[in-house]
Amino acid sequence: MWKWLHPYANAEFTYQFCGKSLRWFALLTLLCLPAGLIWALMFAPADYQQGDAFRIFYIHVPSASLSMGIYAAIAIAGLCSLVWQLKLADAFGAAMAPVGALFTAMALITGAFWGKPMWGTWWVWDARLTSELILLFLYLGIMALHSAFEDKAQGGKAAAILSVVGVINLPIIKFSVDWWNTLHQGSTVTNMGKPNMSIDMLWPFLLSFLGFFFLVAVLVIIRYRTELLARNSMRPWVREIVLNSQK
Amino acid sequence: MTSLSYRKAFMLILKRDLTIAFRHRDDIINPLLFFVIVVTLFPLGIGPEPNTLMKIAPGVIWVAALLSTLLSIERLFKSDYADGSLEQMLLTPCPAFILAMAKVTAHWLLTGLPLILMSPVLGLLLNLHQDAYRALMLTLLLGTPILSLFGAIGAALTVGIKKGGVLLSLLVLPLYIPVLIFATSAIDTAAFGLPYNGQLAIIAAMLAGAITLAPFAISAALKVSTN
Amino acid sequence: MQFESFSAFLAMGGYGFYVWWSFGLCFALTGILYWDSKVRHRKTVEAIRSKILREQKLKKVAQQQNQI
Repeated sequence: MWKWLHPYANAEFTYQFCGKSLRWFALLTLLCLPAGLIWALMFAPADYQQGDAFRIFYIHVPSASLSMGIYAAIAIAGLCSLVWQLKLADAFGAAMAPVGALFTAMALITGAFWGKPMWGTWWVWDARLTSELILLFLYLGIMALHSAFEDKAQGGKAAAILSVVGVINLPIIKFSVDWWNTLHQGSTVTNMGKPNMSIDMLWPFLLSFLGFFFLVAVLVIIRYRTELLARNSMRPWVREIVLNSQK
Repeated sequence: MTSLSYRKAFMLILKRDLTIAFRHRDDIINPLLFFVIVVTLFPLGIGPEPNTLMKIAPGVIWVAALLSTLLSIERLFKSDYADGSLEQMLLTPCPAFILAMAKVTAHWLLTGLPLILMSPVLGLLLNLHQDAYRALMLTLLLGTPILSLFGAIGAALTVGIKKGGVLLSLLVLPLYIPVLIFATSAIDTAAFGLPYNGQLAIIAAMLAGAITLAPFAISAALKVSTN
Repeated sequence: MQFESFSAFLAMGGYGFYVWWSFGLCFALTGILYWDSKVRHRKTVEAIRSKILREQKLKKVAQQQNQI
């Protein structure tokens, strides 16, 4: 039943396939992301309560949910690496981690810039912010572990263990931070929930979400191909590609 | 052919680690001294106002315990890795999780247990609330093994890396945060005179999960590190 | 168009500082990661290529030594 997946476990096939799909993802990114963000900046209505600062939302929410999605993908890749010994899963995890860290940082930065005018403070130890910050540390840990090993295969396995341990702990972190926050909260209840969106706002939001998703694909594919070359540098297919590329 | 039972292997490794540690007594004393020094620095930095100290006492003691555990956990596998005995131990027919459990137990006996015993004194230094002492010791009793277990995962992942100490802290920090949160919450709740069984139960659950699963993560990490 | 003029667009109803700094930082960080990814790819290819060329050179020298 899974036979159709088998070619993708082959490094050369995946390298070529990703190379071909890169231009499609890049095209989709260039179609969706600028359109979505320009719509958000210029054409979407200002929020009734929050005014034009609400436009930060169109970057903030996509990057926050993508940051969590990317971590889930890294954890699944770590599992594949440990259970089925798929070497490509190591490379995939190594490729995704910096992208995930970027999106987490973007979520935190846009959140801070949104929070200052809206709620008067750059940072607050809200459950969501705190667990997003811890997620950033998890990403940085995975990146650091990958780069600390000379042997990329060894580093990949270690990072796979870390990502699996981290994903088990992620709900515990969220739960405990939520508990901590609700216990320590003063009389004000910060409402950072997703606002009900009118259709005027939904379309730019969806478009920019798609655009960011395709951007993730582009960034990950570029890094993934680099990892594949680096981890398979002795193979004949790599030699052929490297010697033929004139760049 | 004689083969070691799990219990015999566990006791053997445990005794070995304890013996080695007692021969290097500095390695035991240093983390404890660090614990005391860190706790002492806070009143000096924040000011001796008793009410402020009472408010920050649970957090400070727990963070200090966390930091001194991090300090001592780096040495858990380092010296065995350096002289090659770690690799030998992994090659024996004895399952690696026994090794992991024994080393973590030795670490806890040498670091966690003295921390628990010293904590009332430090509570005195920070003007900890009367009703909170019992909660402090209970949370440390349940929490320090978790710190040792999670720290051992990090130590196993970084044992082969030169200067892995900072990386170890970065890796283990997100894992420690839930323990810290629930422990300090329990102590604070106790200070208010309210029951704190809920928080203790959650910490105990985390301990049960950690004891069950961490040894396998530790042995997988050790196998990766020794290649 | 939600804004009457370009300066109104820049001002963002008083929130210009926050909107443009956050958009700008995100754009800059993404650009840095994209640039880093491309550079890393190029450098990896160059490193592998120089390793292969060096191997070939060494092999040629060894062959010449054997012929002598």
